[in-house]
Amino acid sequence: MKRLGHAVLGLLLLMLAGVLAWAVSLPVAPGQDVPAHIAGSLADSGVSHPVTAVLLNFRGYDTLLELVVLLVALAGVRCLAPLPPPSGGGAVGGVLRELAALLLPVLVLVALYLLWAGATRPGGAFQGGALLGAAGILALLAGRDRFLAVLEQRLWLLAGLGVGVFLAVAAGTLVWGGTLLGLPPEQAGILILVIESFALLSIAVTLVALFLGTGELEDRDP
Amino acid sequence: MAALSLLPPALDLLLAVALLLTAWRALYTRALFPAVVFFVAFGMLLALAWMRLEAPDVALAEAAIGAGLTGALLMAAVARLRGRDEDKP
Amino acid sequence: MTGQACYAVLGALLFCLSFHALIIAVHPLRRLLAVNVMGSSVFLVFIAGAGPRDPLPQALVITGIVVAVAATALGLNLLLRLAGPAEDDRPSAGQDGS
Repeated sequence: MKRLGHAVLGLLLLMLAGVLAWAVSLPVAPGQDVPAHIAGSLADSGVSHPVTAVLLNFRGYDTLLELVVLLVALAGVRCLAPLPPPSGGGAVGGVLRELAALLLPVLVLVALYLLWAGATRPGGAFQGGALLGAAGILALLAGRDRFLAVLEQRLWLLAGLGVGVFLAVAAGTLVWGGTLLGLPPEQAGILILVIESFALLSIAVTLVALFLGTGELEDRDP
Repeated sequence: MAALSLLPPALDLLLAVALLLTAWRALYTRALFPAVVFFVAFGMLLALAWMRLEAPDVALAEAAIGAGLTGALLMAAVARLRGRDEDKP
Repeated sequence: MTGQACYAVLGALLFCLSFHALIIAVHPLRRLLAVNVMGSSVFLVFIAGAGPRDPLPQALVITGIVVAVAATALGLNLLLRLAGPAEDDRPSAGQDGS
């Protein structure tokens, strides 16, 4: 009976695969030319890279709510798992420690470069934030307990800063410009850079905290 | 020159087959740890696919977040689950 | 077949493969893997279906990737909680086994 069920399921999904493959290869009905539309208003967005313009300006609302989603996920994880106690350090392998000492500055530098590059070419707060988060995880694995202590004390401040600054900008544009997140073209560049800088920090801290909730710093001997 | 123009489609096909294979191994390998490793490989190949689709921003995000951080999270979870119910499909 | 159509069809196949794994799988971590692959396949269809160098789907997919990792982290914590505290060695728990 179970075998029959699996066979029927496989058959149904094969049919679904066929229909989907056929459907996605149908020509798309020509609608509005979105890329041309975006390229047309790129000059007013404050950045010259279209993806960053969409993320931080044209659809900034999405990005704001995405940062909120990260915060909510962090809240959920924090409810489930407490931060691990610092284990005193010192017991981490020498290779890992040396590797971290070598890689950490480079990772931080590349993350900041990605943030800066986002204005004109591929890059941005999310990619940079992920890289900075990876650097944070490496630091934790290498036994940097001071970093863990800072994280423990200031977790919600650091993780909430991105949303806070984004909301402050949103409120500012609402008061002075009249539209929520309607960035004025003259100041859009600097505003986007400010939002992205704090978002970078918050994304990195949130990702490290999510990792801390999931994993234990297992490589250490007490 | 004719061989050169055939190269991109062949590359796309190769990448598609590799993606399917790694996804299949990630989803059907019995042990969890190899499955996670295949999942990370899948993420890295997907980053290559984003480059082929001219989406470098997505490729960066996929390599850093989709493969890197998700992989780290999954491995940490597998390490904590280890020794209990590892051989369920 | 052009490159774009190739990746769109690949997305459809990956979706069905991971859907199958999602239904069949017993271990919750495997289901999380399946959901992740499923999300990636939807992103593939989304980007391959749009025109080349269309920034709008790219931005939305970047958003989607970050949301996916947040959801995965939450799901992993839930399943670790479901699995209960480990009976085996947990040095940080402060108990001396044997």
